[in-house]
Amino acid sequence: MSSRERILGRVRRALADVTPDERPYEEAVPREYLREHGDRTAGQTVELLAENLADYRAIVHRCTAEEVPDLVMRLLARRGSQEVLVPPGLPPQWLAAADPVRIHDRAAHTAARLDRVDSVVTGCAVAIAETGTIVLDGSPEQGRRRISLIPDHHICVVRVPDQVVSSVPQALERLDPARPSTWISGPSATSDIELDRVEGVHGPRTLEVILLG
Amino acid sequence: MSGTFVGMPGFPPAAHPAFPAAAHDAVHNPTLRANLRHATHTIRAKRARAVGELSDWAALREAGRRIKDHTLRHLDRYLVQLEESVTAAGGTVHWAADADEANRIVAGLVRATGESEVVKVKSMATQEIGLNEALAQEGIRAYETDLAELIVQLGEDRPSHILVPAIHRNRGEIRDIFRTEMGKWGRPAPEGLTDTPAELAEAARLHLREKFLRARVGVSGANFMVAETGTLVVVESEGNGRMCLTLPETLISVVGIEKVVPTWRDLEVFLQTLPRSSTAERMNPYTSMWTGTTDGDGPRTFHLVLLDNGRTDTLADEVGRQALRCIRCSACLNVCPVYERAGGHAYGSVYPGPIGAILSPQLRGTGSEIDASLPYASSLCGACYEVCPVAIDIPEVLVHLRERVVEGGPAVRQGNKVVLRPAKGHAAERAAMRAARWAFTHPGALGAGQRLASRTRRLHPRTLPGPGRAWSGTRDLPAVPPEPFRDWWRRTHGGKDGAA
Ligand code: SF4
Repeated sequence: MSSRERILGRVRRALADVTPDERPYEEAVPREYLREHGDRTAGQTVELLAENLADYRAIVHRCTAEEVPDLVMRLLARRGSQEVLVPPGLPPQWLAAADPVRIHDRAAHTAARLDRVDSVVTGCAVAIAETGTIVLDGSPEQGRRRISLIPDHHICVVRVPDQVVSSVPQALERLDPARPSTWISGPSATSDIELDRVEGVHGPRTLEVILLG
Repeated sequence: MSGTFVGMPGFPPAAHPAFPAAAHDAVHNPTLRANLRHATHTIRAKRARAVGELSDWAALREAGRRIKDHTLRHLDRYLVQLEESVTAAGGTVHWAADADEANRIVAGLVRATGESEVVKVKSMATQEIGLNEALAQEGIRAYETDLAELIVQLGEDRPSHILVPAIHRNRGEIRDIFRTEMGKWGRPAPEGLTDTPAELAEAARLHLREKFLRARVGVSGANFMVAETGTLVVVESEGNGRMCLTLPETLISVVGIEKVVPTWRDLEVFLQTLPRSSTAERMNPYTSMWTGTTDGDGPRTFHLVLLDNGRTDTLADEVGRQALRCIRCSACLNVCPVYERAGGHAYGSVYPGPIGAILSPQLRGTGSEIDASLPYASSLCGACYEVCPVAIDIPEVLVHLRERVVEGGPAVRQGNKVVLRPAKGHAAERAAMRAARWAFTHPGALGAGQRLASRTRRLHPRTLPGPGRAWSGTRDLPAVPPEPFRDWWRRTHGGKDGAA
């Protein structure tokens, strides 16, 4: 007997008390919790996102579409970045004024090569106000997962209010489970040493979020 | 039969002293107690705030409980569905009945890649099966990449907390471990390393980065698996998880069969309750989700090893099976007066605290001294149940397992129906009695518990199956004099023993 058959057999014997007429999934799980917490206008939801991002030590900037190139240029310059990683579908105007050399997200780049790149600029799939979270799903504006992981400086552009939802349930509704996703809430952190929170272990130690709108 | 059953290599319970003996060291180690007290109290207060932000916490908790219960009651169906979804998305599913089989599968998969090292994300399941040790025997080095796990691994130590495994180490000890041990495993600690947490974290970043960048094989667990879509979810803070899940060419995830949930939508409950319950954050810094393999992004090969190792035995127990709802948030550890005093190592398993006290004896059986004593490593105060985000009634299961130790009865071990002998006169019972006595001779543990219990139990009326499990009855520990505890304590100790 294969282990698969053995385990499934054990499960079925263990569940001898479960009768076939048990309530189906839809009835067995009450969903009396809220779809979102609180009543806010779209503008207030964006405010809440900014607040919660900052609370988890992301650096938040706000600007209009015209101001993006200049802002991105200044953020990269302030950081002294020589090279910046660029996802394939990033709107070119976002980097129109930036000085660093563009490194395009190519499969041929080894992880060691990406480790020498200073910064990365991406878009996002959705942002969650209640938790201060941005979600990347590998779409062309965001690129493959490793490009937002290896550089130490991540600039993420969120289009507000369109890409902002209030809550976790609303975010899941917008995402496609078939795409790999990365949920980011502030820079990498650890509390493993005496529960003292330290920002930045392996992921980008600086996360800057541009709320564009 | 059950007397020799040892389901978890790694920390063979046979070699582990019973709970009270193991707790003795911690109780008499002031540094350890201070570390634990500081840590658990800090996180407890933060958690209460994070949970307080959600006005619908009770409804989320209830939904989480029901999702898990429903899944467990139809586990065969959801496992088969999960297998189909993962396979359709490009992954390969393996089934492991016990620890040895899981270890064999993983070692074989690593060997097939031609590699002799793997990077690992912190995972309870792989600790439970002793994967690192098993791989080492095959000549494969497994590098732990979670900071706390790294501290534990470099210090040749054992984890003592689910979430903060090195909670028993202070910064000075960590610096010493890094200075002396890092060089043996790769890049040494920087010259002049001090004990500030930021410098220690930086040392870990540098040490591990070279390993991430060259890694060809990653090993992980998972917090959730979605049957409907085949999606796996890993919740973490440091980014080491992202590194291990994204950079290697081959990813092997070892996951307990109880981690499956039916639908994508179910994640909306647990992604709200888990971070707030565990790290007391609105959301943890990083959560990774992946479904099979994705062209050009992440590992090209994905293996999922579904692990039983005592879970189906636990499922066969109608009272005890609720322990399988656990999402490993560790909130129950942080509120437990016994854990706070005894420390994580006393529980003799990778699962410490209240959840360990009900999970280990079910996964491994109650045949060994440590496992027979674990159901007594509690004052039954109910604080663990209060904070549990999936409403596991830990006191109920503890009482049930105590009955099993004392009275014996039917159980399932490795898939077979067995009748356990009562432990009377058995080493296990003596261990259990010592544990009961331990809880009673540490009035701080019990007193704190009783106060919480009287405050909260009234709010949660329940009907327990069987007259023997009525709540009032269950508070009488076997062979403890039927007089009120405080009278008994005064009579037997005369108030002399003040060391709570
Ligand atoms: S038993 Fe409940 S509180 Fe304890 S770790 Fe598991 S889910 Fe968390």
